[in-house]
Amino acid sequence: MKSLSEIDTIAKRSSKAMGFSWGVAEEIGKSIRLLELFGLPGIKTLNQYYILKAKEKFENLDLINEKNSSIKYPYCPIILGINFLDQIRNVEKFQKITFNKICFPLLILPFLSKSSEIIGKKIKIKFDNFEFLLNFNINISSNFLELKLPKIVENIEINIIENKDNFLEKDWNNLYKLSEETFVDENDSLKKSAAGAGLTDND
Amino acid sequence: MQIQLRNPNTIMKLSRLGSFHQSKLSFLRSFLDEFKDWEYKNDLFDLDEHGYGTAVYSFKKKERIYSLICFANKINDEERSDRVIATKWDAAFTLHDGSPSKLDIERLKNEVPKQEVGRLSYKELTLSRANKSVRVFNHVVESLSKGVQPDLNLLEEVGYLYRTTAVYGSGKFGLADRFRIENREEINGPFRLEMMLVYLVRQFTFDQVNHVAKFKNPKSAVKLDLKICKNLGIGNSTGLGMAPFIVNHPTLLNNWILSREVALKKIREIKKASLKEIRIFKNCLKNSLKNITSWNTESEYQKNKINSLLKDIKIFLEFIEIEFDFGIDYPFNEIYLWVEKKTCDECIEYIVSMMLEPFDNITKPLVSQMSSDEEKYFTIPTNRTIEDLRKIVETKYNNILKIDFKKKENFKNFWFISKNKEEPRYANRFDEEGSDLEQPLAIARDIKKLHEKLLETKKNLTIDKFLLKNNDLRHVVRRAFIIEKFPYSEIQDNTISEKVIPIDMLRLKLSFFGALKFDPKSDKWLRICMFQGAPLPNDLQNFDQQWIYNS
Repeated sequence: MKSLSEIDTIAKRSSKAMGFSWGVAEEIGKSIRLLELFGLPGIKTLNQYYILKAKEKFENLDLINEKNSSIKYPYCPIILGINFLDQIRNVEKFQKITFNKICFPLLILPFLSKSSEIIGKKIKIKFDNFEFLLNFNINISSNFLELKLPKIVENIEINIIENKDNFLEKDWNNLYKLSEETFVDENDSLKKSAAGAGLTDND
Repeated sequence: MQIQLRNPNTIMKLSRLGSFHQSKLSFLRSFLDEFKDWEYKNDLFDLDEHGYGTAVYSFKKKERIYSLICFANKINDEERSDRVIATKWDAAFTLHDGSPSKLDIERLKNEVPKQEVGRLSYKELTLSRANKSVRVFNHVVESLSKGVQPDLNLLEEVGYLYRTTAVYGSGKFGLADRFRIENREEINGPFRLEMMLVYLVRQFTFDQVNHVAKFKNPKSAVKLDLKICKNLGIGNSTGLGMAPFIVNHPTLLNNWILSREVALKKIREIKKASLKEIRIFKNCLKNSLKNITSWNTESEYQKNKINSLLKDIKIFLEFIEIEFDFGIDYPFNEIYLWVEKKTCDECIEYIVSMMLEPFDNITKPLVSQMSSDEEKYFTIPTNRTIEDLRKIVETKYNNILKIDFKKKENFKNFWFISKNKEEPRYANRFDEEGSDLEQPLAIARDIKKLHEKLLETKKNLTIDKFLLKNNDLRHVVRRAFIIEKFPYSEIQDNTISEKVIPIDMLRLKLSFFGALKFDPKSDKWLRICMFQGAPLPNDLQNFDQQWIYNS
């Protein structure tokens, strides 16, 4: 089994060899490490992308807008991911961001995951029938289970999710009621003495 | 009185970093302190008459066990090499997490001796190999087998029976990643498990030499005297592999240096020194002279440094014995100011190490702050502006910005990774090929490039926009934002200049390990000794904290 440290190093060095700058290669190393840590096929996908990148063209998306359409070729997931991360404080305002065509979308996930941590909001990405929820860079949840992700996906949607409860008030109230059963009903004596303060507050 | 931390522009110069000495904060000393109440055991010692075979040593506390597994193999004299190109060693070692099963030992027997081309698992924490000092080892075997103790002069000259040629950890070759163990209480300082491995290897060398001598002459053989064992350490040959580490781990480097600087600052701020503190300081200083006078090297560079150190220490000793009054306020601050004014770099840093000795209350809490969660500071704050970044660069790298990189001598060398051994190397870019594959270790040059770019960029532009067009400088943009928070994270020197002495980088790291007797063999590799004078595993429960000077 390869260690995460080895994964980081190999991803970084191979990315430099593919023409990315050292600074970008460092980002890629960390991102592939994160995917593998979360049990997602980072090394496999990066390898597939670099094989394809040697033969085919991809577009670099610099400035992220609300709606992003590549002119001819699909977007490079790495440059898109890094710019998304760099620009997250601006991108956050859009709430919903769309892209017409990206290749190997799995490679964007680590950058969205870090972005989620920076803004303190969950981020959701949807394409085809796949959904990934990036939770503050603590974990990634998804309906992707051993399914094969397409190399190139269309109509990608990213949502910045506002911080709100993801449960109903009635569920909360029900549990709150149950939790009250662990409390002691205070009589007069307890009210006077059990709090540890209060009798001489105005001295 | 409020003392300022020393200026990183002075302390982080390579010539100063290359003058650092071991101290109470050194990792091998804090390792011994942490593991002193662990149960030590030799679990297996299955060597043949020549000393080849397998041995296991362990440290145990409650449910936690760390086991060193040793594989000693026969190699021919011509196969023995300390260089990284070697493929066979006298012995190979791994530190296993827990108690190894027979299956583990069988698996490791095939992998550990192969070192870099073997595969370890998440159950192994560190990996190493070592070669005998054949001259010393054979002499000790001969002597012991005849019933006499070996020649102490020879032992003192070399200082060890074996020297390691690499110690790997943190996920290399399949070893456990640091995240698997970082929350363990006993791993609260850097390189703790690497230190454990080296320490237990030292014990193995004594047991092996006794074993071979016994088989050679069962009737008359005696064991190596425990006092002699105590005065032997483990040697180490270190090449350039270690140098990039301190560039590649800026926050970790900061935390090492900062801990030392904070300790010094606090000691200089002590108004009155107690008699006990004064006694410990003076004793350590006097006793440590032996470590300097027995510091053997053929390197002219190091010989000059040792001579200057010895000369300055003698002057300093005279000063504190005759002139200096420890009864004055802030005595250690006065001492420091005197030393800084009157002595060489090597001596300044030597005295700083000595000043730490009496102050466990100051140094101990700092040990746990010497690790770093590097990931936490990796992300670039892209919402900051060019003005912010420019200010950081101009404040934190002001000496670097003065370097003229148009002059050939200032970019003569380059760092690269050797294809053959996947190890860092250093070469002249005008004589050798390969500079197009240069590693990102020329921080000074790239910072200067960044600064030039910043000067022609609008002040209020945010970093995310700047990076759109300047991703080639991303690695140094990241570093600049790191140094803003971590003032000692960067070497304030040009690592590709004609004048650079790479062993200064090694020396810095090795001093934090706790190494003694730096013996440069060229400007790119050196030998050192570790754990010389350290308590033996059976004596760990109650040992002299200043053992390093009292052996």
